[in-house]
Amino acid sequence: MTKDLLGIKELDKDDIIRILDTASGFKGVLERDIKKVPTLRGKTMVNLFFEPSTRTRMSFELAGKRLSMDVTNVSISASSVTKGETLLDTIRTMEAYGADIVVIRHSSSGIPHLLADNVTASLINAGDGFNEHPTQALLDIFTIRQHKGRLEGLDVAIVGDIAHSRVARSNIYAMGKLGINVRLIGPPTLIPAGMDSLPKVKVFHRMEEGISGADVVMQLRVQRERQKGGFFPNIHEYAKLYILNGRRLSMAKDDAIVMHPGPINRGVEISSAVADGERSVILDQVNNGVAVRMAVVYLLSGEKTSRMMEERRQRTEDRRQKTDHKLMPAQERRQGTKDRRQKNEY
Amino acid sequence: MSTSKKKSILIKGGHVIDPSSSLDGVMDLLVQDGRIEDISPQNGQNTPPDYEEINATGLWVLPGLADIHTHLREPGFEYKETIATGTKAAVRGGFTAVCCMPNTQPVNDEPAITRYILKKADADGACRVYPVGAITKGQKGETLAEMAALAEAGCVAFSDDGNPVMDSLIMRRALEYSRIFGLPIVSHAEDTRLSEEGVMNEGITATRLGLRGIPNAAEDVMVARDIALCELTKGRLHVAHVSTRGSIRLIREAKSRGLPVTAETCPHYFTITEEAVAGFNTAAKVNPPLRSKQDVAAVCEGLTDGTIDVIATDHAPHHREEKAMGFDNAPPGISGLETALSLSLRLVSKGVIDLNRLVELMSVNPCGIMSIPTRKIAKGVDANLVIIDPELEWEVAPDLFVSLGKNTPFESLRLKGRVVKTIVYGDVIECL
Amino acid sequence: MPAEILNQKEISRVITRMAHEILERNKGSKDLCLVGIHRGGVYLAGRLAEKIETIEGERPPVGTLDITLYRDDISLRKDPPVIKETDIPFSLNNMKVVLVDDVLFTGRTIRAAMDAVMDFGRPARIQLAALIDRGHRELPIKADYVGKNISTARKENVKVYYTEEEQTDLVMLLKEGEQTEEDI
Repeated sequence: MTKDLLGIKELDKDDIIRILDTASGFKGVLERDIKKVPTLRGKTMVNLFFEPSTRTRMSFELAGKRLSMDVTNVSISASSVTKGETLLDTIRTMEAYGADIVVIRHSSSGIPHLLADNVTASLINAGDGFNEHPTQALLDIFTIRQHKGRLEGLDVAIVGDIAHSRVARSNIYAMGKLGINVRLIGPPTLIPAGMDSLPKVKVFHRMEEGISGADVVMQLRVQRERQKGGFFPNIHEYAKLYILNGRRLSMAKDDAIVMHPGPINRGVEISSAVADGERSVILDQVNNGVAVRMAVVYLLSGEKTSRMMEERRQRTEDRRQKTDHKLMPAQERRQGTKDRRQKNEY
Repeated sequence: MSTSKKKSILIKGGHVIDPSSSLDGVMDLLVQDGRIEDISPQNGQNTPPDYEEINATGLWVLPGLADIHTHLREPGFEYKETIATGTKAAVRGGFTAVCCMPNTQPVNDEPAITRYILKKADADGACRVYPVGAITKGQKGETLAEMAALAEAGCVAFSDDGNPVMDSLIMRRALEYSRIFGLPIVSHAEDTRLSEEGVMNEGITATRLGLRGIPNAAEDVMVARDIALCELTKGRLHVAHVSTRGSIRLIREAKSRGLPVTAETCPHYFTITEEAVAGFNTAAKVNPPLRSKQDVAAVCEGLTDGTIDVIATDHAPHHREEKAMGFDNAPPGISGLETALSLSLRLVSKGVIDLNRLVELMSVNPCGIMSIPTRKIAKGVDANLVIIDPELEWEVAPDLFVSLGKNTPFESLRLKGRVVKTIVYGDVIECL
Repeated sequence: MPAEILNQKEISRVITRMAHEILERNKGSKDLCLVGIHRGGVYLAGRLAEKIETIEGERPPVGTLDITLYRDDISLRKDPPVIKETDIPFSLNNMKVVLVDDVLFTGRTIRAAMDAVMDFGRPARIQLAALIDRGHRELPIKADYVGKNISTARKENVKVYYTEEEQTDLVMLLKEGEQTEEDI
């Protein structure tokens, strides 16, 4: 892992497994009466949200508080920060306040990457544009592992607006790295270009085809404004084609679980019966979110320390090399003399 | 330009290349009073008593380049670039003339603005500036600008560059009306409904970055429309910054039918692909967007077979802060004047084009299309020349650009071949 | 050569004595529980419980405790430590909790362990049992039951092997820079 968690793209399989395993430890903490440990006492988390969010922000806030961090929430409307300089100023201000972890959400893809290069605080991407939402994918996969006991070889169907979903993207990347087969189901208007060229990914447009034999069915939230964009005629027709109801769920494996990142549009993405049914693990996802985010924050805090120690070691090393460097010309001279001598022998 | 007597210059021993004068060999050039006085193989007997000698042994001497697609940003956006800095950058890149686009503030849609630009250029310009007027008032795509007045004031073409003319009827009228003056309509071919909110090429790279894509079709449908209107009106159509294989196919076909269509592309469209955007690199955000490998191959083919007539820079300088606004909000554009020639020389070393074709693409054809004075190397012609060291290796360092725009996706790229000196109407400007 | 401090037989004897001391001090095993600190303490707690069961006929409840999240040095460590299982499947309220650790050194682990135990409930009292007390305390902490006191230099290292992981139970003292075979 690096200083920041910008996306699943930047992680490898071992990183993901390490986060999941660490999260298991924190899940234990969350089951206690006192759901708080003093691990990161005196450290500060700033939740910098340029896009409204209740659930994710609350989940991060709880994660920070349960690690005994001081947590501050800052909500800024993206439109009030348009100039890049102002955005950088904002984050540097957070850092000046002593933020160790900055959780950032922004409606434009790549903003966390832009900021990460400019601060020493650890950045956690809590969603950027249509790019990534790495902690959501991690909690989804944690939940799948919890219920299935394994990951490799599972068949996961992700249904809905893939094009405008950072949750789908982060899940697709994570599942690719973990050997999970992904079926993307949605209308062609909502499947972004080139998706079927990714390894382990298959695209379906008919719910019945894509869902058959799946171990997991993950429904995405569909925004009503996509109707205005002409991606489908109206929300009713969308629901007719892609809602997960009892009949469709019966086509999946018998023990298939149902997931949704929330908040659910009941009757559009999932029928109420399925959402509240015994196969639904939606509330587990919420609960696991805090444990997974605690794990991410905990590991990044450690990484930051290890990076600082590495830098210190590097500085010492550089200093030593500088000292060594003084010797170099002499050595070269000697080597040069030797070479010449050898030449003279012939 | 000043008419006072200038120092004579003898450019000795350079490899002189100009297809328009059928020159291709080592010879000496004598420049007197800002004009080419003598071209002779290793001569130098007619030299005047007082002259400056430039040893051009091992160097190439080419006609001065002309860029028909430059954003000088003045008036209105002097924090991005000025006529003074933009033309200096042009000269450093080997250009002795630039045609500046009208998307300034105010827009160059009336003769007063044209005259202002020309006056500024005369006072501050390091090379000649030929303004391009707007097609429509305020580049709004609604009513035609006063083309006659603009032409009379000195505009050499019309364009709403930055914006397409979405209304087909207005485009038809523009192509028809401009026939009075014989000046080209430069089309920024983009269907803004198809490209709406897009910030890079549509495809797997955009998908992976979570950025909204612009399909090739956004360009292709407009090129197809403009060609149809060109056929209907017989007005001169010049397609700006061609980036897709589809447009190249359409233009090739239109040319084969003898339509008055010309086209340009830019170094970034034949050098790099959409993958340059990886990591949300706003320096690689440009409109039209960087495309796929297949498109780059098609652009190269178009340069080889004559479908594309011109390599232009689409020099679009922006302030550092603007490019630091995140990918969605950063303005599109590349500061291109100071890298265009070296990037084009890569095509020569790769065998995509030869040196004669390079001169056609960057000097002969640009001057012809915009009807501006030729830069050719011939006796009695104004001395506009560029001297190139084909072996000089250098690394692109935006901080060393003289342009105020440091926005380039080519930072740190190692290039071979560079402008050593540019001669503008007999004045020698050091470019290293 | 590393010096041997306790061999398997001696360790067994020491544990028997400590079990007796625990029972004596607490007047039997009523309300008594053991909490072993990862990882050596977990094995020792198990053995103490066994001995107590042999003596009293009743096995006291045993829990395990990972104190990683209660450490005060997370920001000083190179790698974030792996979190091990904490498992205390009984209430600590009003219990006599004996914390079990293998080597008592600076006292910081015990400080963390006490904080952790408090988060699980409100014990009547907390006591501390350590196989080895090697001195060099940095906090005012003292063991109630000690297997063996040894004097060490600060940079020396006390290493404890358990049959659960190795061939034998063994306590060794390593000089500064000294390594055992499997460390190399």
